[in-house]
Amino acid sequence: MKDSIRYLSLCGLLGYGYSPVSLENALKQELDFIGVDAGSTDPGPYYLGSGKGFVKRLQIKRDLSLILKEAKLRGIPLIIGSAGGSGAKPHVETVLEIIREIVAEQGFSLRAAVIFSDLSADFLKQTAEGHLFSCGGSPEFDPACVDKLSNPVAQFGTDPIIEALKLEPDVIVSGRCCDTAVFASFPIWKGFDPGLALHAAKIAECGALCARPVGANDSLVVEMFRDFFTVEPPNPVRTCTPDSVAAHSLYEQPDPNCFYEPEGKIDLSACKFEQIGPRKVKVTGSRLIPAEKKTTKLEGAVKAGYRAITIAGLRDPSAIRHLDEIEKGVRAAVAESANFVKEGEYSLRFLRYGLDAVTGGNEPPPEVLPREVGLVIEAIAPTQEQADALLGLARSKALHQGFPDRKATAGNLAFPFSPSDFAGGAVYEFALYHLTDLPLQFEPQLMVIE
Amino acid sequence: MKIYDAAFVCRSKNAGPFQVTVDLMFSTPESYRKVLESPRFTPEVIGKLYNVTPDRIAIKTFESILTVKVVLPRQHGSGSPLDTDVYGSQQHFPLGNLEI
Repeated sequence: MKDSIRYLSLCGLLGYGYSPVSLENALKQELDFIGVDAGSTDPGPYYLGSGKGFVKRLQIKRDLSLILKEAKLRGIPLIIGSAGGSGAKPHVETVLEIIREIVAEQGFSLRAAVIFSDLSADFLKQTAEGHLFSCGGSPEFDPACVDKLSNPVAQFGTDPIIEALKLEPDVIVSGRCCDTAVFASFPIWKGFDPGLALHAAKIAECGALCARPVGANDSLVVEMFRDFFTVEPPNPVRTCTPDSVAAHSLYEQPDPNCFYEPEGKIDLSACKFEQIGPRKVKVTGSRLIPAEKKTTKLEGAVKAGYRAITIAGLRDPSAIRHLDEIEKGVRAAVAESANFVKEGEYSLRFLRYGLDAVTGGNEPPPEVLPREVGLVIEAIAPTQEQADALLGLARSKALHQGFPDRKATAGNLAFPFSPSDFAGGAVYEFALYHLTDLPLQFEPQLMVIE
Repeated sequence: MKIYDAAFVCRSKNAGPFQVTVDLMFSTPESYRKVLESPRFTPEVIGKLYNVTPDRIAIKTFESILTVKVVLPRQHGSGSPLDTDVYGSQQHFPLGNLEI
């Protein structure tokens, strides 16, 4: 049994970039595996719903093209988690396609283990019968949504990735999974303490975000031992300190003393952080309290319509003062003319930057009106054509809408662009963001990419 | 004094698509305690600021690192039609303006 494991987290998110110097330095030492997380729900439900990635193809290709062949030649497995951003089938397939391109261009072949995390309609129907529980404040699941869900996936933990590792592939391309599963699977498989493995993974998944200067766009080397782990950025311009590593547990988490994974609760209250090298920190005391009942988080989006927007500025003080009246007039005029869409099937929104677009009704209106206001008018309707037409009506009406004390009678809006209107495409919302207690199994599939 | 001036970090971010956490970090135990002991730093007052009922607000304190986390429900899920802040990274106001 190995006494230690050394691994590299390539960067905070596949496609965000990393320094070639980091890679070169990290490869000077022996590595047991390389991992990179590719997923997040932060950019919103559109990416899961539409099957598109929030990181562009060329960004992903750059990050993979430096590492794939190098890792294969050295026999270091590469683990990609939540491939393509949201980790549903279309996202995973995009990443496989990019890997195929790199392999063809650089002239080598790979054994890939692929794990899809997509959910079947039958399984979802079963969960909707009392096996879905709110997660992180999500509203109760509406069973009528089951058939409308676009790309529903499970966010699995370490088990499927451990199964994939057993196949000894060159690369694992995983669908939606926990960020920690990318980095904790190998150490847990090799018998290392799961509490330490999961805590190290939680830090590693963000790349060099735990270092100073912070860098989600750079790498981190983690060494796991039996009763502690260490973290050190391979880029000499970055440094880990006990404070910088401890502060990381505050990021994007409701509680810095613990976090929850499918494996259980990871208790950090007894953690100690020590400087043991000029840029290296040692962490002890992280502890896993195994979950009594295993649950898995499910994610799915539903389409809410199609969006069109226009962007304009206002400078006229009277127009700025009377924005409420302008909006009211526009809404009435649109309702009167829009015979191509039913009332209640569309929505119009006026976002008034400079006044109240960001925090809205949570703050009182400013005491002194600003010199300029940025206005975004948005229409959402069942089809793009309807949204475009609604916006066309709203935009032209807003330009010419009358109001009391109007001196600038030639037009209310300064449009910076021609064309003034932009089709925003489909709009989604998270309808499934729930835990299920039903068991799930995901089998890795082995394929050769040449 | 406003919370925004008392804290050296005052930030907000999504904690999943349906919650936002506001992180307040303080450089001295005095400023940390001043905020926590303020009679206005309560779920009732903060709930009014964000138009949510006090039972849906959690205030979590971490004295060893002089940090307070306020967990707030989002009125609209991240990126859904009525949302105005997909990442939730500008929702530390109005809390930042609270006088303590």
